[in-house]
Amino acid sequence: MAVHPLRLSRFNITSLVLGLAFLYLPIIILVIYSFNASRLVTVWGGWSTRWYTELFNDRAMLDAAWMSLCVGVVSATLATLLGTLAAIALTRGAGFRGRTMMSGMLYAPLVMPEVITGLSLLLLFVALDAGRGFVTVTIAHTTLTMCFVTVVVQSRLAGIDRSLEEAAMDLGRDPLRAFLAVTLPLIWPAIAAGWMLAFTLSLDDLVIASFTTGPGSATLPIRIYSEVRLGVKPEINAICTLIVGFIAVVIVMASLASKLSSTRGESAAPL
Amino acid sequence: MTNLTATVADPAASDAPVIAYPTPLLRIDGVTKAFGAHSAVDNLSLDIKAGEFFALLGPSGCGKTTLLRMLAGFEAPDTGKIELNGEDIAAVLPHQRPVNMMFQNYALFPHLNVRDNIGFGLKSAGLTRLGIDTRVAEMVALVKLQGLEKRRPDQLSGGQKQRVALARALARHPQLLLLDEPLAALDKKLREETQVELMALQRQLGTTFVIVTHDQEEAMTMADRIGVMHGGRLQQVATPRQLYEAPASRWIAEFVGDINIIEGGITHRDGHRLTIAGRDVGTLFAIEPRHPVGDAVICVAIRPEKIRLSRRGPATGLVNSGAMNSLEGVISDVGYLGGRSLYKVKLDRGATLRVALANTARLDVDAYSIGERVAAWFAPDDCVVLVQ
Ligand SMILES: Nc1ncnc2c1ncn2[C@@H]1O[C@H](COP(=O)(O)OP(=O)(O)O)[C@@H](O)[C@H]1O
Ligand SMILES: [Mg+2]
Repeated sequence: MAVHPLRLSRFNITSLVLGLAFLYLPIIILVIYSFNASRLVTVWGGWSTRWYTELFNDRAMLDAAWMSLCVGVVSATLATLLGTLAAIALTRGAGFRGRTMMSGMLYAPLVMPEVITGLSLLLLFVALDAGRGFVTVTIAHTTLTMCFVTVVVQSRLAGIDRSLEEAAMDLGRDPLRAFLAVTLPLIWPAIAAGWMLAFTLSLDDLVIASFTTGPGSATLPIRIYSEVRLGVKPEINAICTLIVGFIAVVIVMASLASKLSSTRGESAAPL
Repeated sequence: MTNLTATVADPAASDAPVIAYPTPLLRIDGVTKAFGAHSAVDNLSLDIKAGEFFALLGPSGCGKTTLLRMLAGFEAPDTGKIELNGEDIAAVLPHQRPVNMMFQNYALFPHLNVRDNIGFGLKSAGLTRLGIDTRVAEMVALVKLQGLEKRRPDQLSGGQKQRVALARALARHPQLLLLDEPLAALDKKLREETQVELMALQRQLGTTFVIVTHDQEEAMTMADRIGVMHGGRLQQVATPRQLYEAPASRWIAEFVGDINIIEGGITHRDGHRLTIAGRDVGTLFAIEPRHPVGDAVICVAIRPEKIRLSRRGPATGLVNSGAMNSLEGVISDVGYLGGRSLYKVKLDRGATLRVALANTARLDVDAYSIGERVAAWFAPDDCVVLVQ
């Protein structure tokens, strides 16, 4: 992609600065205050890393972080698996009945208010008499993120010429091998991007998790939220800074993956 | 213009020599394929001999690709049979057929380099690494791609991509190579060069080629035999010469090359010699085709280069005896095309004839100019009589 020399006018610079400030100023303040030595959140008391030390001694907070990480990894992996399969069926199974309805239904969870998804899942788990905890949150997050993965992978698949797979079959591969040798390498970046998207969504989620989790298995957002309700501790700033850093790394990786796919002569995976 | 009185049927019109082959390499027998209510391929039968260079010629949308895809196994015929070496291959899946296809858009694997694209089919055949390397090197040399083995498809020019696709399809030494409009994406000069190379390659390897094209010049240049398709049906199977000189129908005559069509009716019959009243033309003499046309309304087709022009016309004796057609008119348009010029002659009776003359002299002292009176004349042998 060629970079065009772009001359920024004064107006452009001003709007860019304002836009970026609007987006990132709160986060920058949060990061700075996480290094505040003072116990009072709003009063600057000099630089210190004591809240990070305190954080790493806070068992409950660490447990919640670990729980979130596990839920994120497991649900993102499941969602990627199911979502990719659904994407393949929807793009490749041109003939089957109800395909249009299925594609439409796929987008419903994307726009469904989380409260409704959470509530319906809660009702389901209660009806099934499932003990709420790690398993139920993971299932709920898989439900939430699967359709995001499908959308990402589907748009990538749609851009791949069907005749590539046919060429592979023509050259002696059975349909499965043809898929593995040709299509999979081409949609791989989209699958990776889908996984990371699912993972960050799971990490973010407060509403659905609070409906579907049980005592003793709080995720990080739930834990943070309950702490904040009792007043913001500087320790919260520290953990939030860590989360921001973590998500930044994931986003950079995701855009690298999509860039990798575009240098392979194909259109970039949407993200 | 010797042998003017010969009454034998037009030799070019004779059907293709019927040679009995025990089993042709490929036999397509009554194959039909419909998408919805529309038959893309309609009750098509065709035999292709081993070692032949066969072209399927037809306008876009006539079912050429669909037929090729059935041969490769990507579509199943609704009815009919496809036999390879005498065996029905309906149940043989694409990856098990000894047939390879060069796709219309080449379908090169974008994530693999030239070497791996060409070696792809060999890997599935279970060749050793050394075997693959040897065969790939062979193929790279065959299509003259040395030095580009490490490139990805997006780093290749159109002509190079075409070569990779060809090498990839040939690498498995198929019995039958299917080529779907292999040269359509190339510019004219490269296309003509590649046509010659493809012919040489086919002769060298002895592989049976079935090529699909909508370009009649391409089909005529390359193929041993041409099958003309129209609306899913095979209209005529013939050598390029037969197709051009003895088209089986008015549609084919007009599709293949340039031609003048004169509609008319037979007024007199003397053995094979027909006297015809041509609409807006007058009396014409022609030879009855091999399959008699009866008393139907007919048309006379005459190629522009078979017509001569002169200021005085042929000897009156020739015309009166029916040994030559001569039509009087005025030059209405001249198109200079380099090697030849295309004249339009507005006949006194109303019709317009197109006449192509070779520009044999560099100076145009003898050329006809617009408005000049001329006689356009041609032999009855050169007329093709077709049923309307
Ligand atoms: N998969 C398909 N589904 C529906 N119609 C098709 C399909 N493939 C081809 N056709 C139709 O069949 C006809 C022949 O197509 P094709 O074989 O591609 O023609 P050609 O290659 O001669 O241009 C066209 O009218 C086309 O629209
Ligand atoms: Mg086609």
